[in-house]
Amino acid sequence: MQSFSYSKAQSVDQAAAAGGRFIGGGTTLVDLMKQGVETPKMLVDITGLPLSSVETQPDGGLLIGAMVRNSDLAHHETIKAQYAVLSQALLSGASPQLRNMATTGGNLLQRTRCPYFRDTSYSNCNKRNPGSGCAAIGGHNRMMAILGTSADCIATHPSDMAVAMTALEATVHVEGAKGKRAITIADFYKLPGTAPNVENALEPGELIAHVTLPAPRKGSKQVYLKLRDRASYEFALTSAAVVAETSGGHIRFVRVALGGVGTRPWRAHEAETVLMGKPATAAHFRAAAEAALKDAKPQSENGFKVELAKRCIVRALTTATA
Amino acid sequence: MASTTSSPNGTSPNGTSPHGIIGRPVSRIDGPLKTTGAAQYAADFHLTGTVHAVPVQATVGNGTIRSLDVSAARSMPGVLDVLHHGNIERIYRAVPNDPSATVSETRPPFEDNRIYYWGQYVALVVAETLEQATAAAAAVQVEYSAETPSVNGELEPFAGKWHTVSSRGKVDDAFAAAAVQVDQTYVTPVETHNPIELHSTVASWVGDSVTFYESTQGVVNHRNAMAQILGVPRENVTVVTRFLGSGFGGKLFPWSHCALAAVASRRLQRPVKLVVTRTMMFSNVGHRPLTEQRFRIAASADGKLVALRQDALNHTSMVDDFDEGCGEATPYLYSVPNLTVTSALVQRNVGSPAPMRGPGAVPGLFAMESAMDELAVALKMDPVELRLKNDATIDESNGQKFSSRHLRECLETGSAKFGWSRRTPGVGSMRRDGKVLGWGMAAASWGAYRFGCSTTVELGADGKARARCATQDVGTGLYTIFAQVLSEKTGLPFERIEVLLGDTTMPEGPLSGGSWSTATVLPAVAGAADNAIASLLQIAASTPGTPLNGVDAKTLRLTEGRIHRSTDAPAQGVPFESVLAAARLNGVSGDSTSGSAFEDPKTKALSMHSFGAQFVEVEWEPEIARLRVSRVVTVIDAGRIINPRAGANQIKGAVVMGVGMALLEETVYDPRNGQPINGNLADYLMATSPDCPEIDVTFLDYPDYALNSYGARGIGEIGLAGVAPAIASAVYHATGVRVRKLPVRIEDLLQSEIREA
Ligand SMILES: Cc1cc2nc3c(=O)[nH]c(=O)nc-3n(C[C@H](O)[C@H](O)[C@H](O)COP(=O)(O)OP(=O)(O)OC[C@H]3O[C@@H](n4cnc5c(N)ncnc54)[C@H](O)[C@@H]3O)c2cc1C
Ligand code: SF4
Repeated sequence: MQSFSYSKAQSVDQAAAAGGRFIGGGTTLVDLMKQGVETPKMLVDITGLPLSSVETQPDGGLLIGAMVRNSDLAHHETIKAQYAVLSQALLSGASPQLRNMATTGGNLLQRTRCPYFRDTSYSNCNKRNPGSGCAAIGGHNRMMAILGTSADCIATHPSDMAVAMTALEATVHVEGAKGKRAITIADFYKLPGTAPNVENALEPGELIAHVTLPAPRKGSKQVYLKLRDRASYEFALTSAAVVAETSGGHIRFVRVALGGVGTRPWRAHEAETVLMGKPATAAHFRAAAEAALKDAKPQSENGFKVELAKRCIVRALTTATA
Repeated sequence: MASTTSSPNGTSPNGTSPHGIIGRPVSRIDGPLKTTGAAQYAADFHLTGTVHAVPVQATVGNGTIRSLDVSAARSMPGVLDVLHHGNIERIYRAVPNDPSATVSETRPPFEDNRIYYWGQYVALVVAETLEQATAAAAAVQVEYSAETPSVNGELEPFAGKWHTVSSRGKVDDAFAAAAVQVDQTYVTPVETHNPIELHSTVASWVGDSVTFYESTQGVVNHRNAMAQILGVPRENVTVVTRFLGSGFGGKLFPWSHCALAAVASRRLQRPVKLVVTRTMMFSNVGHRPLTEQRFRIAASADGKLVALRQDALNHTSMVDDFDEGCGEATPYLYSVPNLTVTSALVQRNVGSPAPMRGPGAVPGLFAMESAMDELAVALKMDPVELRLKNDATIDESNGQKFSSRHLRECLETGSAKFGWSRRTPGVGSMRRDGKVLGWGMAAASWGAYRFGCSTTVELGADGKARARCATQDVGTGLYTIFAQVLSEKTGLPFERIEVLLGDTTMPEGPLSGGSWSTATVLPAVAGAADNAIASLLQIAASTPGTPLNGVDAKTLRLTEGRIHRSTDAPAQGVPFESVLAAARLNGVSGDSTSGSAFEDPKTKALSMHSFGAQFVEVEWEPEIARLRVSRVVTVIDAGRIINPRAGANQIKGAVVMGVGMALLEETVYDPRNGQPINGNLADYLMATSPDCPEIDVTFLDYPDYALNSYGARGIGEIGLAGVAPAIASAVYHATGVRVRKLPVRIEDLLQSEIREA
């Protein structure tokens, strides 16, 4: 039996110094502990930390505590009014019960749903067992990534929330032995490359304390669109987060991020480049979608994601510029 | 989910019901027990001294065990025993083809060192706690000589022997000569039963006898099979299933874990609890097998069927011959002079398949009704019209009369309620709110059966009526059916009625399968109640000091719980319990045994089936390939409906299951090791609440008196029949994509040439 210690952190400093594994809502971690995928020796419960508020900053941005529950964040008035893409993304994820438990920090760090990662009877998973190979390549791969994959890992990043935060250009604020650091969400998530076990920029023991969002772009419209087989309670086959501002029928500002297709929450810079300054037309949306997916590398079962992602982008752009 | 229910013919044709309890939409008598958590399911039995068993599963899909090292596991805390093929005493096979003792798997667990499918149990760890057993199970070291398993999802090319299920006329000649032909192959995937209650066994061996607290759909069969497998007399085995969190057919017959729990209990002489995990449910306790069916169907230019040929394959395990029976409904559903149905089995490295709600007919009708839809398109004929034109008046497979067949009315009523006449046939021709609509329909059918049943009814001095029967309520409302009959016969309210089911010490009742429970128990419980009442009236007529002493018993009646002269009002009579008290009796009882319809001269010569029609609307957003089922109208001809509330619940649940079958459910095997790779409820997709369409259920409610005096057939399965092909036809109507391999996926929909609504 795998025994572990459990303690409840009283302060951020204490948590950061504890040297244990943080547990927020536990909806990822406990699941994986039951599967034997995660085997922490020391659990540090951080849900009691004073990091559960959502505050508007002097610069007009928003500070979100890492302990804010996904449900509370999704239903927060400011989020609904000014960061609708984030609210929509959160509400499209998991189930109400899970969202009630899940925390902002935990959601950012949720692990892939790759079935071979989650089943320890497969010794070959580079993410779990560096250097052991990748069971997903050549296996059941319908849900796997098509962007940012490597010869060592093709696992999809599963979070919806992080996709919206990518489009909103969030910053992750962490605290640890080295003090406080701010990491842009673009730098936070790592591509798998040859080391898929390294998923993000956190140092061992570092705690996510906050996420900040820049001041909302005045006059922008925001859309999160998630496509999947069933109507709820399923990870994205593909999703798109769009923040766009148009005037005179032309696109003046646009951010596009994709979910369900990338090994990390996927910022579609190429799509943005195609769109900037152009008329908001179906032809430009399609061209942007083509650009976003031009480097897609599908596996044997997920070729359909390429076209589906394109259509998802087009629909999200259409709605956000209507 | 909005939904409505109606029964146009729902007056009381039986006429025997004093306060109309039969046919009334009553809520379940066991509802409060379930909603308060008081209902005890198998795993809820916590016997003193219980220990926990956890199986170890093979991680290869084909091969042999080379070595099995349990030393680490044995020495772990709390571990009491580790069983495997090298140390287990004999577990006998069940007698082949003994219908009273059916098992799911031919091969008993741990019979040898062969591995036939991924997940097969290779060892069993028993420990004081579940956690200790789980940890020790993970520490059992097994090495295999593995070969690549065969889990190929394609069953053709098939070179083996076909078996003829039904045949008339000259089908191949007629097909070749026909004006319009459809020749297509349809595939339904492996689906896993996912009742909310996990398979669970608590086995308690004391001396020579064993008691099972089981999640089974058949306590009597379970007892009989376990006696054979464990090598003990039947009377030494008791099986108790007070409540079942459903089974959908997966819990009809015992699986390996049941015997393992019992053997462990016998060795340790302590109660053993074994709960199969959700992941194990995907490999070890059955599934609806993969089916691949070629249909050749042909008609004259005006739409009269001339030839129908079905060649159906289904996969089975390496050691069991599980025939899905896809030809179930084909021979009798339509009038067609030339027909052949054949079937064959293809072995795969999978666990044994098992019956799943509407076995045979449900995948068979997906194929046949899809082919009918394709034929209608080829004929440029309305699909309802095509069915009406080919409605059968007798069962052409055997020349028998139907006991009661109202398929035509199902189609017409469904058509009217759905608004079918507003359908425009062109692909993608119907729109609403920026979406394309697709309308599809299919006919449905399922057999009507009645088996033998014995029941005891007791009228007690405590003023209560009780029924006892060794059958089980699988969650469908059978407790309430018993209570309704007792209430009808005695006039007592439900508060004064007790129904005791699910215990083999009671008189033998039926297996809960095939939608036959209601039709089977009704005659027995009614007969037992009549016998108990007859005894009671005799006592009333002959108990000195009571008001009716000396009156001819034949003139006495029991109404509203009071015994009275037939010429008097019930209020003028006496409460029955006071008569029993005066006679110093604890109660009177009556027994009754009713027989099987297969042996009944009245029914033997009749073709008995339920019928239905499914009408479906899908909404399709071509721009994003999003398709949802928005509306279903279901019309069911299943005889007299005893409880329309529980009945509609069955149909609605089945329709939702049909949405899952059509659009979501598929067990996927990793080709390299044969593991069901989506074996959990996050990755194996079943319909969720937002996937539920608006459902409108209509029961035609024509009694079928051939089956029993209430005219009831059964409704557990018919609601699923026809849903998937109706959805697939609606998908075609909306998108132009004909999906012949379920489930209909986004991958398929992306092929549509309709790109915007
Ligand atoms: C069945 C199911 C379906 C789901 N569907 C979806 C879906 O559709 N879309 C979606 O986006 N998500 C989905 N999820 C995932 C869900 O959103 C995550 O499990 C959840 O957000 C994780 O948050 P948590 O607080 O429970 O994390 P935990 O499980 O507590 O932690 C997750 C990880 O983060 C670490 N951690 C937690 N907080 C911090 C912190 N402040 N600093 C540093 N490290 C920290 C933990 O150590 C752990 O490694 C689903 C989950 C399940 C189980
Ligand atoms: S895709 Fe990544 S997570 Fe999945 S098996 Fe391969 S290495 Fe492991």
